[in-house]
Amino acid sequence: MAMTDQEILAGLGEIIDEVAGVPADQVTPEKTFVDDLDIDSLSMVEIAVAAQEKFSVEIPDDQLKDLKTVQDVIEYVKRSAVSA
Amino acid sequence: MTQTRAGARILGFGGYQPARVVTNEELARAVDTSDEWIRSRVGIASRRIAAPDETVTDMATIAGGKALAASGLEPADIGLVIVATCTPETTIPNTAASVARRLGIAAPGAYDLNAACAGFCYALASAADSVRAGTAANVLVIGAEKLSQWVDWTDRSTCIIFADGAGAAVVGPAEEGPGTGPAGGPSPGPGIGPVAWGSDGDLADKIYVRDRNSFIVQEGQAVFRWATSVLYPVALQACENAGVQPSELAAFVPHQANLRIIEAIARRLGAPQAKVACDIVTAGNTSSASIPLALSRMTERGDIQTGDRVLLLGFGAGACYAAQVITVP
Repeated sequence: MAMTDQEILAGLGEIIDEVAGVPADQVTPEKTFVDDLDIDSLSMVEIAVAAQEKFSVEIPDDQLKDLKTVQDVIEYVKRSAVSA
Repeated sequence: MTQTRAGARILGFGGYQPARVVTNEELARAVDTSDEWIRSRVGIASRRIAAPDETVTDMATIAGGKALAASGLEPADIGLVIVATCTPETTIPNTAASVARRLGIAAPGAYDLNAACAGFCYALASAADSVRAGTAANVLVIGAEKLSQWVDWTDRSTCIIFADGAGAAVVGPAEEGPGTGPAGGPSPGPGIGPVAWGSDGDLADKIYVRDRNSFIVQEGQAVFRWATSVLYPVALQACENAGVQPSELAAFVPHQANLRIIEAIARRLGAPQAKVACDIVTAGNTSSASIPLALSRMTERGDIQTGDRVLLLGFGAGACYAAQVITVP
């Protein structure tokens, strides 16, 4: 069964809290990783690796670079789940 | 009736860092970087660079001599010398035979081992195997590198990372199994646990030196991704091989490649009580020297104590990787 936006957001929040120390409740869809959440490219790779495992999707580096906001990742996870 | 079996354990550590300290500020004057960027992305505050005429053989000999002294053994007790290095001055002859001669070890087996940053863990596994099999009574295992000779000092992506140094351990016999522990109880576990190792040649183009006239090149992002996703299962396998739960580890000493990689792997281990080695902060990335150098310095500072179970994890160019649990002498 497909995950809802809220479920993906909650899962992402847990990952970002663990990797980057940003409290999960600050992880909201419109925020950008770099400017709003102060997350650098190395943490983005770690977040992508954790998201791959949690959501059973592949997020290669060439896709990762286009994911600028939290919502971008939510959309990506939903798209990947549909085509799986 | 279960019998005791021949095992292996570490008898002593030694380490050597060259005298010259190179700070981030000094590098920032030469290439476009900053102290803040280096500390945040790599975790290094300063590193050591060997003198121009200081060789891998020199550094290996000093570290090896210190480990020998710490072990309480004589040179004549050493049956095999292994030098893990990917930056030897010469491919012909090897480094190990010269180191053995300088240390007054008479006619031991001697070979160099190249598994890049996994070199020390590979060499330690091979040394333990030799002792268990009776091929050598005691083995001197050294990791030594002069990476500064292979770095393009105008390339800010590599010159901030790689450094020079050496670390060593003496491996000797131990009995393992029922009745070999304190007060005749069960053995506390292997002095050197069975290695979990492997390689992935698909990643050969991620860290390389093209030819004798070229410098180290690495795809940092790809290496970061690989290191933070594929290695923690290997580390957990090494714990299982040794019959040790991650929660029983006193310390985790991974190859000191990058503090962000170290922290990412540590997060996945399920060993929040374990001290995580961060020797890279004042040592830089010294490839096969990084783990034994960290162990030597942690021992000197009292960060690890006799009897502590410590998980080692080497990984790097090849790609090669290896992990084992050791007991601190």
